[in-house]
Amino acid sequence: MKISLNGQVKTVNGPMSLSALLDNLSIQPDSVVVELNSEIIPPDAYNKQSVQEADSVEIIRFVGGG
Amino acid sequence: MLKVNEHLCPFPGPQPLAELAKQFKPDANLFIRNGFPALPGDTVEDGDTIALICKGQQPTKEELDFLLTARHTPGIQEKIKHASVAVLGLGGLGSAVAGAMAKIGIGKMLLSDYDVVEPSNLNRQHYFVDQIGVQKTEALGDNLRRMNPLVNLELVDKQLSESDLPQLFSDVDVLIECFDDPAMKAATLRAVMTTMKNVAYVGSSGMAGFGENNTITTKMIRPGIYLVGDDTSEAKPGQGLMAPRVGIAAHHQANQALRIILQEAAGRVNPA
Repeated sequence: MKISLNGQVKTVNGPMSLSALLDNLSIQPDSVVVELNSEIIPPDAYNKQSVQEADSVEIIRFVGGG
Repeated sequence: MLKVNEHLCPFPGPQPLAELAKQFKPDANLFIRNGFPALPGDTVEDGDTIALICKGQQPTKEELDFLLTARHTPGIQEKIKHASVAVLGLGGLGSAVAGAMAKIGIGKMLLSDYDVVEPSNLNRQHYFVDQIGVQKTEALGDNLRRMNPLVNLELVDKQLSESDLPQLFSDVDVLIECFDDPAMKAATLRAVMTTMKNVAYVGSSGMAGFGENNTITTKMIRPGIYLVGDDTSEAKPGQGLMAPRVGIAAHHQANQALRIILQEAAGRVNPA
């Protein structure tokens, strides 16, 4: 299926959970803020939240240091 | 005209500095004329800028306020001194951000950390060797009060979680995220985006090492929400946090907070 990931079209196997998508992208789930179709998803919902065809996913990622 | 201790006044005619001092600061024992040390007998001329100083004597709060206003211009200073910020995390970023905000005379600053000053912090964080072991909130509070006693400080000595943030920091104009831990960085942005809808945000990601200066940028990622850093330079073995580059990021953050306060950059709430 095709999704929009940070504004770019991306083809992924789907539908899948948000956790699986993050895992697929090698992203640490606790270091990101995730918006799915403009709604912020709380981290404890990543497992049950499913990502569907044509969804828009925005991932804001942080690296450590301050 | 003359400028004496930042006050403009009519030129009273040529006279020795010591004579001028009798009128403006009788106990002065250090005379600066047009930026250079001068002798009490040196002559004052029209158009001079004079600083009359009594060594060891601290200016009053009114004098400090006047000096800041004169430096920053009155309209600007009025906005700064009625603004408030929160600095979350008082490490390399936070201690530098807080110093910059104190020096410009921010009205109110909330400082939050749970840690103590450790020897390993001193390569980049604005603490002194004799403050090792002191709570960072307390140590930084002491240092900032020496920089500018006008700033109203509130110390939040606490290990924060995402759910604490709205309750503690929803009343500030700008929240400046300076945490080290990426999970707390993400949690803070989440809290700001979901519940703290009136608070502007300046966060940080990627400033370790000694990479190029100009890869550190300030980006608006949502209205009133800014991220500073190069997005990639993570603190890790072989790429430590160092004062110069952390300082670049910190001052991006401080300047962005100032720009929001002065309505030069978009905040969360549209000014009426």
